[in-house]
Parts: sequence; C-alpha cells; structure tokens
Amino acid sequence: MSTQSTATRMTIAKALNAGMRAAMERDPKVVLMGEDVGKLGGVFRITEGLQKDFGEDRVVDTPLAESGIMGAAVGMALRGYRPVVEIQFDGFVYPAFDQIVSQVAKMHNRSQGALKVPMVIRIPYGGGIGAVEHHSESNESYFAHTAGLRVVTCSGTEDAYWMMQQAIASDDPVVFYEPKRRYHERGVLDLGDGGGSLEDAPHALEDAVVRVEGSDVTVLTYGPMVKVAHAAAQAAELEDGPSIEVVDLRSLSPLDVDVIEESVRKTGRCIALSEAQTFASITSELAAHVQEHCFYHLEAPVLRVGGYNIPYPPSRHEEVFLPDLDRVLHAVETLLAY
Amino acid sequence: MSDDEVAPEGATPTGHEPPERDITDGGPDMVQFLAADGTRLEVTPQTEPYAAYLEDLDEDDLRGLLRDLILVRRVDAEGFALQRQGELGLWPSLLGQEAAQVGAGRAMRPQDYAFPGYREHGVAWCKGVPPENLLGMFRGVNHGGWDSNDNNFHLYTIVIGNQMLHAVGYAMGVDRDGAVGSGDPERDTAVMAFTGDGGTAQGDFNESLVFAAVTGAPVVFYVQNNHWAISEPNDRQFTIPPYRRADGFGFPGIRVDGNDVLASYAVSRYALDRARSGQGPTLIEAFTYRMGAHTTSDDPTKYRISAEVDAWRAKDPIDRMTAYLRAAGAVDDAWIERTQEEADELAARIRKACQTMPDPPHEEMFAHVYAEPHRLVQREAQAFADYQADFED
Repeated sequence: MSTQSTATRMTIAKALNAGMRAAMERDPKVVLMGEDVGKLGGVFRITEGLQKDFGEDRVVDTPLAESGIMGAAVGMALRGYRPVVEIQFDGFVYPAFDQIVSQVAKMHNRSQGALKVPMVIRIPYGGGIGAVEHHSESNESYFAHTAGLRVVTCSGTEDAYWMMQQAIASDDPVVFYEPKRRYHERGVLDLGDGGGSLEDAPHALEDAVVRVEGSDVTVLTYGPMVKVAHAAAQAAELEDGPSIEVVDLRSLSPLDVDVIEESVRKTGRCIALSEAQTFASITSELAAHVQEHCFYHLEAPVLRVGGYNIPYPPSRHEEVFLPDLDRVLHAVETLLAY
Repeated sequence: MSDDEVAPEGATPTGHEPPERDITDGGPDMVQFLAADGTRLEVTPQTEPYAAYLEDLDEDDLRGLLRDLILVRRVDAEGFALQRQGELGLWPSLLGQEAAQVGAGRAMRPQDYAFPGYREHGVAWCKGVPPENLLGMFRGVNHGGWDSNDNNFHLYTIVIGNQMLHAVGYAMGVDRDGAVGSGDPERDTAVMAFTGDGGTAQGDFNESLVFAAVTGAPVVFYVQNNHWAISEPNDRQFTIPPYRRADGFGFPGIRVDGNDVLASYAVSRYALDRARSGQGPTLIEAFTYRMGAHTTSDDPTKYRISAEVDAWRAKDPIDRMTAYLRAAGAVDDAWIERTQEEADELAARIRKACQTMPDPPHEEMFAHVYAEPHRLVQREAQAFADYQADFED
C-alpha cells in the first residue's frame, strides 16, 4: 500500500507535465509541438520546463497555424517520431480538423496497416473559466465520431499522469482532452516503489472506472463533470437521498461498455452527464447504447444532462449553461419519480 | 451593374478581368534546355547552375529518360482504357505531364521520400512502385495498394494539399535524424512534395511553406502547373505565379519547363542537393499542361478551347526528347520500336493484373482501423460475421 514517502499531492497540470516528461525520458522519439509550448511552457504552463530540459528539437514552438502543426506532426510520425501536439484551446482545433479527420484518423487504414500515426493531440477543453468565445467548448463528439481516432479524457491527477503516458505509448492517434477548469486542482499521485513504469498504471487507457458506488442511479460522465457528479452523490448521501453511482468513462472512443452496462443493470436508472451540447453527442451515444443493451433493466428512460443546444454562451451565462449539482440532482429526482 | 447604369470614365471595372496572355509562354524566367522542336538550347548564365547536373548524363541515361517518358505514357493510357472498359471506377490522367514527373522522379535518390497527390504515376514509376499497384484504389479494392516505405513513395493523397505538410513534417524528422548535411550521399535525404496549380491556393500549401521556411526543412515543393484545376484556369488560383511566391516565404522559387525532361531533371537535382546539404527548401514550378481531362469523370470541352490544347500538343515532351536524341544519333527507329513493344508488354501486364485483381473479403473492412485492438470495431466485426453467417445456413 501507499506510504507517506511515495504518495504526493499534485495538480492535474503538474501531473500532465510529469507524464509527458516520463514519456520523453522513456522514448527519445517523443516530440512536443504547438504554439507557445517551448519557452513559455504553454499558455496553461502544462509543458513548463520541458524545452529547457529536452531542447528545442524535442519541444517545438511552431508557427501559429493549427493545420500546419497537425500536418507536420503527421509527417514526423511517418518518419518514426511520436508527436504530442498541443492545441491551445478547444475552439482552435477546427483549422486542423481536416488533417485530423482526413489524415490522422485514416492513414493506418488507408495503408492497410503499413503506416502508423502514433500521435497525441492534446486539447484543453470545457468551460467554467470566464473566458471569451472559442475558449470553453466541449467538442469531443466530433472526434469520437471519427473512426481511427481514440478519444480520452482525465478527471484527476492520477489519470492525468498515467493516461498521458499511455496515450503517448499507443500506436494509434489519441485525442487527449484535458479538463482545463480542473488544471489546478490537486489529487494524490502514488508511484509506489517502482518509480512508475507503464505497467504500474492502475487502469488501461480505455477502461471506465466506477468512482462512487451506488445502487439507485448511474451517472455516466467524464472529464470536468466527474467532480460535479461526485458532489451530487455526496449531497444525496448526506440527505439520505438516493444512492448514486458515478462512472468516470475516461475513454470516449472506444467506450468501456462492459462497465457501463454492468452499472446500469445494477441501478436500473441512468443519467448521461457532460458539458457538451446534448444533440448528437457522447451523451446521445450513451443513451442509445444503454437503451439498446440494458432495456429490460431500465426503470426509467435514460436522461441526458449537458449544455443547452446553443453556441457556448458569453461567460456571464455559463453558470446556468453548464450542468451543476442541482441539475444532476433534479435529473435524479425525475428518474426516481417514474 | 445593370444595363442602364453607365460607368463613369476611368472607373474600376466591377468584374475581375484576367489579362490577355499566351498561356503556353513560360516567360523569361523559365529554365529550359530543349526547345519545343528538340533543339538543345545554349546554356545561359541563368541556366548554368542547373546545366552542371546534365553533364554526368551519358547516352544510356538520356535514352533511359525517353524510355521512362514512353512507358509512363503507356501506363497512363492503359489506366484510361481500363476505366473506359469498366475495370476502374476512375483514372486521373497524367497525359502531358510526363517530363515534369520523370525529371523530378529520376532526380531523387532512393532514400529521398516523395509525397504525391494522386496524379503522380510518373514519379511512382521512377521510385519503383509497380504500376499495377496504383490501380487498386481506382478499382475500389483498397485506398492505397502499396507500402510507402518500400520505395519511399507515400500513398496518394486525395485531399488537395494535405500532403505538403506531411512532407515538411517528414523532412523535419529527417533533419532530427541527422540525415541532412552529413556529406554522406547514401545518408543525406530530401523530401519532395507534389501538388498542382490548384493546390497552391490551399491553406495547407501555404502553411507548409511557412513551416519549411522557419524550420529550414530539407524539402522541395514541386508544383506542376498544368494550368487547369478541373475547370478553373490559373487566374482563379493566383495572380502571381507559384515560383515567385517562394520569395515571399524566404527561399528560392524556380520556374522550369515541365515539358522538357532535361530541365525538370536538372532543376530538381539542384533543389534536392540544396535540401540534402542543409540549405533548406526550394519551390519548383513545372510549367506544363494537362492534355486530358481532370479525371475520366470530367469533360474539358465545357470549359476550354481546342486551340489551346493544340498549342500545347506542339510542345509535347516525348516528341521533343525523341527529336533531340534522334538528332544526336542516340536513338533510331529500331530503338523506338523496341521501346514501344516494351510499353505494350507493360500495358498487357497491367491489364492482366487489373482484371485478375481479387475483390477483398468484406470482413477486411474492419481490419486496420486501429493499430491496437478497439472494442467497438471488434464488436461490429463479430456482429457482421454473425450476420453474414446467418445467410449461409
């Protein structure tokens, strides 16, 4: 078990940084690329100190051109490198959308397996930080919809550290969504005695994890909303209310349907929770999957709780646009009233 | 502006009127060694840096270039015929661009990496890709029927311009591998990125020039200006020709006669040498013409006049090289006849390979979506197999 000496408290931001550092130490082909990732360490400082330690050839300040970054990273991957590309904000990924969807995702398939594009595309995502337009989006469903990409997200420190390394080690392209409003929240990272080889990772990259066990309602969620779901479960428990199970999906493509189905079969009720607009989204997919595969176990319809189906609003609205504890509990009550 | 309104004297026209010009004239900056009639032109101070690369070509090499041109044209004609006969769904013809492609392709060393569009059958030939392997994607059997790393010739890229960035990124990797400027001719590596006049309008093209410029990557941008992007002429893509654009990005741009295989070869070698020795990128504009349709699905009579095509026919790259080598006594009727026979044999081989190409088993759709196992794809592959098996009962 963990001891005082091996466990540290660390922010998600530092854990992501430590994960990239470990991957770079392990494999000299790992190269970081993006706008301001070098000297500045990124606008969120996630890559802070890495250029100083690994040099300008491995931590590359690129021109301000997202398609260029993505396309150049594809070329580097074809030459045998493992590029880790930073998109500065969620809403800035669209210039690179063509490269991601047409090239990154399809190269392996097009080449009938001869070519690999082992890239990681890091995207700080989600709202709640009072930002201007284009800085608060949750656009994960665009990429989860695209075959050939893996899409993952972390909700805490331990996952930030391990999932980043697993994503970099994957031979597939991985879109790695980082919950930007949680960057500076602390969690425990325990590397144990081994010092943290990849085999020590507590979960596989594509596994969902039950964060809170419960018996009445399953909340399927990910990224920044895991904390909200957790708070809802705690609040319900304090009031002797319904018992909420929180499943942290972690991987959005593929989904860990075994864990999802097992939880819903147990509770009989399901909420799919995310910051993203609900229409044609991850939460839509979850609702469809659960009704298809858990139909006879359901006591009530699957509810989606997410952003309203409007453009992400000016930040003075985001408090009501983003699902919060009350909206989750309201959905729980709705389900229990069936 | 409506008919009853009268423009004031000297007003700027509201419509963009392209200047009248002779589109067969590449202008004084164009590097050329063979005139359209096959006459070898005198080396000038302008062409002198490139002429040096022709000095080490012996008669066999020169005949080899003509043979490439003839065989590549035959490969292309067979692709066209196979489409017309229903064996291929589509064929993008390179007719007219043989010299532009063979010159570039033969200038590359084996370790040099090519990133083509989808019309670079001539470059593929020079890099050693078996021509029958090009057919699968046009037959609907695969999305790319060769392993890029076998011949350092990347798969065809259909989205216009995407590959230019891949080439730059690959070249950035070459640089990091220390395969630039070592002086070892077996090790030093350049990357060649192919696109057309239409491609130069793409954002990815321009971003690739930016990335190459600021990184000094060992890459040669090779723009075959064949004058037509499906139905759109040059004046819909640019007002300054592509070779002059390089200057604004901070590296050399050269316009070469793309119908003169000696010129395209020499200029390509010059640019590749610059890249391999660590002097950074070059943009080459090969001034040529798309004699055929955009693809077999296109009808160029809707948008261009036959006189233009006729004018370019007089600049034919094969006629030109043949006239030059005949006059030099390097080829004769017998050689040409033998080479045509060789071309016909190659065409027969391609035809047979196409007609006997097996349809892929449907379960192969699910292979290679991911490099590592993926739950959803695995589940669907199994469900598909089960569904198919139902019909076998």
